[in-house]
Amino acid sequence: MKIFLLYVLVLLAILLGVYLYRVLQGPTIFDRVLGLNGISTKAIILLIVMGVYFERVDMFVDISTGYALLNLVGALAVAKYLERKGVP
Amino acid sequence: MEILSIIFIVAGLFFLIVAAIGVIRLPDVFSRSHAVSLTDSLGAFLMLVGIALHEGLGTNMLKILVVLALLYIINPVIAHATVRAALRSGLKPWEKENS
Repeated sequence: MKIFLLYVLVLLAILLGVYLYRVLQGPTIFDRVLGLNGISTKAIILLIVMGVYFERVDMFVDISTGYALLNLVGALAVAKYLERKGVP
Repeated sequence: MEILSIIFIVAGLFFLIVAAIGVIRLPDVFSRSHAVSLTDSLGAFLMLVGIALHEGLGTNMLKILVVLALLYIINPVIAHATVRAALRSGLKPWEKENS
């Protein structure tokens, strides 16, 4: 089970790189916001799998909850700002 | 129980890889939002359910399910807000050329 979890961690890190390509490359700024949302979802899953791997799930789940709430507030603020202001 | 959790985690990884391919290949913000919100949510659901089955009954399982519920609120809200901002700021949806 530990070897399998290690492979899952590596694959999730590769997927983070794919989303990072979209964030750096994206034609409009909304692509970047969506890419950051995908990165934060991957990071939440990555933190929980990492907690299972190190056998400290109770600590890592709290960190991932905080990360999810920060992502919600940040992305909503950016979206509302861009909706009022228009494309820069 | 171990086999079941491994099956769930592999299915979740499949959906996450499909979402990543969609984010690279699709042509527009409005179509990319489907890959980010819908497919990603399903992959996260399968994966976190697999990890919760691996943990077994207890406080950890409850915490992981709370994170899952939070993810299911957050992901559609952010996709909706971003796409609405893109539409109201004057972006045109993608259309196939010379059709």
